[in-house]
Amino acid sequence: MSDALLQLSGVHTHIGHYHILQGVDLVVPRGELTMLLGRNGAGKTTTLRTILGMWRASAGHIAFDGQEIAARATPEIARAGVAYVPENMGIFSGLTVRENILVAARAGAPEARRLQWVLGLFPALEKFWNLSAGALSGGQKQMLAIARAMIEPRKLLLIDEPTKGLAPAIIGNMIEAFRELKRTETTILLVEQNFRFASALGDHVAVMDDGRIVHAGAMAALAKDRDLQQRLLGLSLDSHQ
Amino acid sequence: MLRALFSGDYPRSRVLMVLLVLVFVALLLAPFLFPGTRPLNVAAKICIFIVLVASYDLLLGYAGIVSFAHTMFYGIGGYGIGLALYGLGPSWGAIGVGFVLALALTAVLSALIGLFSLRVRAIFFAMITLAVASAFLILASQLSGFTGGEDGRSFRAPTVLQPGFRLFDGEIFGVAISGRIITYYLVFFAALALFLFLLRVVNSPFGRVLQAIRENDFRAEALGYRTVVYRTLANVLAALVATMAGALMAIWLRYTGPDTMLSFSIMIDILLMVVIGGMGTLYGAVIGVVILVLAQNYLQALMGGVSKALVGVPLLPDLLHPDRWVLWLGVLFVLSVYFFPTGIVGRLRQRR
Repeated sequence: MSDALLQLSGVHTHIGHYHILQGVDLVVPRGELTMLLGRNGAGKTTTLRTILGMWRASAGHIAFDGQEIAARATPEIARAGVAYVPENMGIFSGLTVRENILVAARAGAPEARRLQWVLGLFPALEKFWNLSAGALSGGQKQMLAIARAMIEPRKLLLIDEPTKGLAPAIIGNMIEAFRELKRTETTILLVEQNFRFASALGDHVAVMDDGRIVHAGAMAALAKDRDLQQRLLGLSLDSHQ
Repeated sequence: MLRALFSGDYPRSRVLMVLLVLVFVALLLAPFLFPGTRPLNVAAKICIFIVLVASYDLLLGYAGIVSFAHTMFYGIGGYGIGLALYGLGPSWGAIGVGFVLALALTAVLSALIGLFSLRVRAIFFAMITLAVASAFLILASQLSGFTGGEDGRSFRAPTVLQPGFRLFDGEIFGVAISGRIITYYLVFFAALALFLFLLRVVNSPFGRVLQAIRENDFRAEALGYRTVVYRTLANVLAALVATMAGALMAIWLRYTGPDTMLSFSIMIDILLMVVIGGMGTLYGAVIGVVILVLAQNYLQALMGGVSKALVGVPLLPDLLHPDRWVLWLGVLFVLSVYFFPTGIVGRLRQRR
């Protein structure tokens, strides 16, 4: 296994009176795609948000690229090289597609070749370049949210349920886009419910339950082992598809 | 050239384009098209308020910040110029000193207000700005030895800007180029430059970040932007432009006082102008200001004429009596909000 870009050790997160993360230990290897699976309410989104500093960890350590980031503010963590694609198409609806992309380029304008590469992955975005992002379809909004995270090279992408509510054809396009992104050796931590999508892309997998990591290993091993899937996810591979 | 001038942000509606060209030409040629003191006063007020309202739109429409301290910064500009010309005499040096001091005070105050209070929720920020603006208004009214109190201060402008000054012996298109007209063009070109500057700001990467923060500050933070810093910068920038608008008004009126520079009725006018014109569209400031300033100045006279013409008809002359002009201004506002919920400019752009 390659070295870890991100490592969570005994991370606890409280939201109000609720104790959501109860000692998360997670290793995200550099240059690879790690899938974070688990049933609804297991703590997957809270894990991503805690990494990004949107929820402050009440205990534990988060090491990113050798630096402790658990106490840092969200903008500082983002500037260190972490991009986040929230679930529910986290775009700026009042801005145009172009403005959504440009606002993610902190230098003011994206590098031309990178922009062409991203638009090549999501051709629909170029078609609707000057249209208000709020007028896009669900799939296009999701593509825009992912394109925004990719417009500048980042060390780590945190992506939350990119396939949620999308049609199978669009999920197919998204798998291709992520395969292309993987070729750039970007490190990705991706929360997903769709096991077919997860097994098609993931190098590694971590399964969460009740605020803890209950399984971590190679994605290929979990994809082959139906008993393990049944035990960890409560459903067979077929019913997850 | 045109793209650079408009910062790539064109009106994007043929009707709006025509309206803006009409307003521009009318203001550019106002001294020749509408001779007389009152029309020129109205034209100068429109120029200055376009800047003031556009700067408020940078705050409200682009950054989503509700502030009630905008007239305070406008007043600082007015008092800066007024007190400097009153104390140091009518010279360009005095204007320079007053202008720089006013901008410095505004920069410090707006940065402090922003840094200390933009972390709190929008409603609390609005309340804090209201409290600070009220305190400033009371201070300006009470420190009568320095500010002239409720009466304010009248002062003389430098010679070139005085009404008695004549640039030429003759006339141009039948109009003598007096100090008043020179002052008008100073106001007009300064307002034009400030408006184009604001257009540049809202279409810059900084403006895009402000709009992103307005939509969802968590998402903007996740992109690496320190939202408090951006909001504070927007607050400072809008306040500085409002101060410049106040300075222009003081130069135009050769008077500064709490009612003309600091009153809350000005703040309400600014809000109405932004909403009627369309929030988040700087061109909305132009349309909102023109409609409201014209209504404030001519609606009463228009109603007087109509009321007289309808004598003998039951009820209507009473309803349209000039004393009821504020009622009809209110009706105009309600109708415009009902028919143009995104403002006139927002609606015109939707029709494209």
